Amino acid sequence: MIAATRTFLVPFMRRPVAAAGLGILVLMIVTAILAPVLAPYDPSKIDPISRLLPPNAAHWFGTDQFGRDILSRVIYGARLALLIGVGVVSFALITGVPAGVLSALFPRFGRVMMRLIDVLMSFPALLLALGLIVILGRGVSNAILAIGVVYLTTTSRITYGLTLRLRTETYVEAANSMGAGAFWTIRKHVLPNLVSPLLVQASFVFAFAQLSAASLDFLGLGAPPEIPSWGNMLAEGRIFITRAPWLLFFPGFAIAITAFSLNLVGDALRDRLDPRFRDMLRK
Amino acid sequence: MLRVSDLSISIGSPDNYIDIVSSVSFEIGRGEILGLVGESGCGKSMTSLAVMGLLAKGGPWVRTGRAELSGFDVIHAEPYERVEAGHGGIAMIFQEPMSSLNPVMTIGEQIEEAINVHQRVTGSRQNLTARDYLEMVRIADAAMQINAYPHQLSGGMRQRVMIAIALACQPQVLIADEPTTALDVTVQAQILSLLRELCDTLGLSILFITHDLGVVAQLVDRVAVMYAGRVVETAAVDRVFDAAAHPYTAALMSCLPDPAHRVRRLVTIPGQAAKPGQITKGCAFAPRCAYAVDICREDPLPYAMLADNHRALCLFPRGVVR
Amino acid sequence: MIEQPLLDVRGLSTDYTAKRGGKTVRVQAVKDVSFTLAKREVLGIVGESGCGKTSVGRSIIRLAKPHRGEVIFSGKDIFTTGGDALKQLRLKIRMVFQDPFASLNPRRSIGDSIAETGDIHGLFASKAERHRQVQQALSNVGLDGSFAARYPHELSGGQRQRVGIARAILPAPDVVIADEAVSALDVSVQAQVLNLLADLRESMGLSMIFISHDLGVVGQISDRVAVMYMGRIVETAPTASIIEQPIHPYTRTLMAARPKPDPRIRIKAGIEIGEPPSQFERPAGCPYAKRCPLVTTICTTDDPALRTIAPGRLVACHNV
Ligand SMILES: Nc1ncnc2c1ncn2[C@@H]1O[C@H](COP(=O)(O)OP(=O)(O)OP(=O)(O)O)[C@@H](O)[C@H]1O
Ligand SMILES: Nc1ncnc2c1ncn2[C@@H]1O[C@H](COP(=O)(O)OP(=O)(O)OP(=O)(O)O)[C@@H](O)[C@H]1O
Ligand SMILES: [Mg+2]
Ligand SMILES: [Mg+2]
Repeated sequence: MIAATRTFLVPFMRRPVAAAGLGILVLMIVTAILAPVLAPYDPSKIDPISRLLPPNAAHWFGTDQFGRDILSRVIYGARLALLIGVGVVSFALITGVPAGVLSALFPRFGRVMMRLIDVLMSFPALLLALGLIVILGRGVSNAILAIGVVYLTTTSRITYGLTLRLRTETYVEAANSMGAGAFWTIRKHVLPNLVSPLLVQASFVFAFAQLSAASLDFLGLGAPPEIPSWGNMLAEGRIFITRAPWLLFFPGFAIAITAFSLNLVGDALRDRLDPRFRDMLRK
Repeated sequence: MLRVSDLSISIGSPDNYIDIVSSVSFEIGRGEILGLVGESGCGKSMTSLAVMGLLAKGGPWVRTGRAELSGFDVIHAEPYERVEAGHGGIAMIFQEPMSSLNPVMTIGEQIEEAINVHQRVTGSRQNLTARDYLEMVRIADAAMQINAYPHQLSGGMRQRVMIAIALACQPQVLIADEPTTALDVTVQAQILSLLRELCDTLGLSILFITHDLGVVAQLVDRVAVMYAGRVVETAAVDRVFDAAAHPYTAALMSCLPDPAHRVRRLVTIPGQAAKPGQITKGCAFAPRCAYAVDICREDPLPYAMLADNHRALCLFPRGVVR
Repeated sequence: MIEQPLLDVRGLSTDYTAKRGGKTVRVQAVKDVSFTLAKREVLGIVGESGCGKTSVGRSIIRLAKPHRGEVIFSGKDIFTTGGDALKQLRLKIRMVFQDPFASLNPRRSIGDSIAETGDIHGLFASKAERHRQVQQALSNVGLDGSFAARYPHELSGGQRQRVGIARAILPAPDVVIADEAVSALDVSVQAQVLNLLADLRESMGLSMIFISHDLGVVGQISDRVAVMYMGRIVETAPTASIIEQPIHPYTRTLMAARPKPDPRIRIKAGIEIGEPPSQFERPAGCPYAKRCPLVTTICTTDDPALRTIAPGRLVACHNV
């Protein structure tokens, strides 16, 4: 764990851009946690008098068509964004890593598993998520599940490739020649060597999950409208795009900067990795 | 050609460090082969990595010293500065081939890469291909093997691929860290012969690290002997074998097994090598030295200058005092 | 003294298939190799680089899959063993790998790597016992106890190589296959390790297959030597006779090419000993025919079989 923390932090020491990315990410987490304290208004409080106000001293980001404070909604939106990100990453890792590792170590299981993954990957990502939502129904947890399935495919693919490579490492062969079983090999040799590349993968998944979730919300298939999410704000505000562009600008900016900063984090981590894994991830 | 002076490599922080290589100096002339021998773990590979500018951040670091290639300091220059000054000219053959080759590239691609790097640095095009280099290092079926991945080759073949990559850089100076340990004696003879030829015809200079004293005798021109991070003796090769001045050199020579006589127990140097930082005063070899006296353990030692370029870090070099 | 051999390798053949530029090619890495190893015996294997020595070792410990032949270890065929018996076998036959750095997991400490076999098989009664044995294993190969907490990249090449030996002999195996196990050591430390192995042989009855290019070392440690060329054994004999009177022409070349520690014998530029043999197309006759000074017409048509020419001495050559 210490080693993992170190791999995570070292890349940021001497890279201002990457450090900024990490900073924004931390800011987002803090915002999400402290939302009730930070938000000046109740995000769902309707105020018919102050509808569609442009940014001003009382409402820094302006208000929407119901008079709700956009700043407060963006702040509360960070909660959902964080939930989606953490949810999707956890789902993708918890399912994708075992699928990838076991497929690589047990070729017969792997052949079936990887064909299945191939099938899933043959759909465009958003279409796959949409299809799953249609089956599962609308809702935050279903959105997480649907997006999670999309990134389970790439995660298991990467894990599979890395594990196949690790399996031919002499030190894994050496362990086999000592009588190590699959469980031992996975625990002592495979997983520790997967930590850093998967950290990179996780940060990219986190970023793309934001975009996918926003798209689902925008299509009215994600979080229910009563929950303040950045995607919902975009969806609801889109008819006012010419009259009140701030309805779109602030949530849109929040989505973009979150995804962007996570990509920076991922890049920084990737550049610090073992060159061998770097070559593999580039593919 | 290459002049290393007062090179110290340390671990730890700048205010609390331990030297693993201390004040190492040597030079290699044009077309010369300098052999570097010494106890396992005495700092030979560290020295060469430092000269290559390859010490990784967070690990051992260069505390003092310079390494000049035709007057240009190669240690402290950034890689691009070296290239701009036209001094990409050092190549290295690493000690453990499997860990230094890229497992996801074919060996042909890796040699090709070296050829391209050289071309960028010098601007001149080589007429040798990856296949030619593989043939040069005696790999059979070179035309087919360029498509092989490192793990599909035997240990000695990988080692020869490393040599091919280093040669493809067409360096002025080659650092070869135990380059023939996985080669049988006939292939080894051909590789050594190739290196000798490159020195004689192209003026290549080589730092040749090895434990094989037979190879030292056959190939190198001068020898530097290291012990516990220091160069304890430098001399022409025949003097090292016939008139070793430092007790460590002499002890090392006496450990050579005689193939004609099988013995029950092989001769070793008694005692263990000093750990880095363990001995700060006097001679690091004193605890194992048969001739050590009290003052050996006290003062910093001077180099004793013996005949023709022969130096030994010893107060009582053998054959002179005794 | 005729003992039942501990390890009996019979007709072992191992092929690799590999893709080379779109074509699938077959490399016959080991071809019809047979030898026996008695308890306490050390068999040296020497031969040209790439001739299949490592592959023999890897086949015996079942890392490579031979397509023909059998290996009998204390009466049992190891290729048909499975389950718990196989797990036990893994403790009894251990290999020291040729590339020490690659055989150590970069993310595990030296101590963990050395103790790994014991951990897998639950051999340590307690943490303290594990610690004691690791320290002992390190000091056996001339390394300080503090190395246990280090990581592989913090060691020198020769130190890593000694860790490889330490981890192979920690569970007290019956057979050690040492692949180029002392090549990165200076003569003094090398002698120390060889003495240690000789001690283990006396005290525990350790047997060894000792693969090496250093003929001096092979001469010191082995009882018998097998010379391989292109996947086959071309000569086996007791050590002294093979060094003093090599018979097979390849063995003779090998012995003559040994570098002598005499600075008056210098290597010359442009040594040529003929084309290296092709791995992919085996010639019809003797694989050494192209380079052989004794070659006759039969050599290009018939592959010579190993035949006994003196007690304990086998040579595969038509013309000796
Ligand atoms: N990162 C590190 N941290 C601490 N000590 C290190 C580190 N790297 C190397 N060392 C130590 O530095 C010393 C010199 O290592 P080096 O690799 O130069 O030895 P060497 O002379 O090449 O030996 P060999 O002949 O065995 O390859 C060794 O004792 C090694 O243990
Ligand atoms: N995984 C593999 N795939 C394809 N070919 C292989 C593979 N492993 C080894 N070979 C080939 O098999 C032959 C024998 O290899 P092996 O490693 O046994 O040689 P060796 O005698 O140990 O040589 P060295 O002394 O150089 O280590 C070589 O030609 C090598 O190219
Ligand atoms: Mg070294
Ligand atoms: Mg080998």
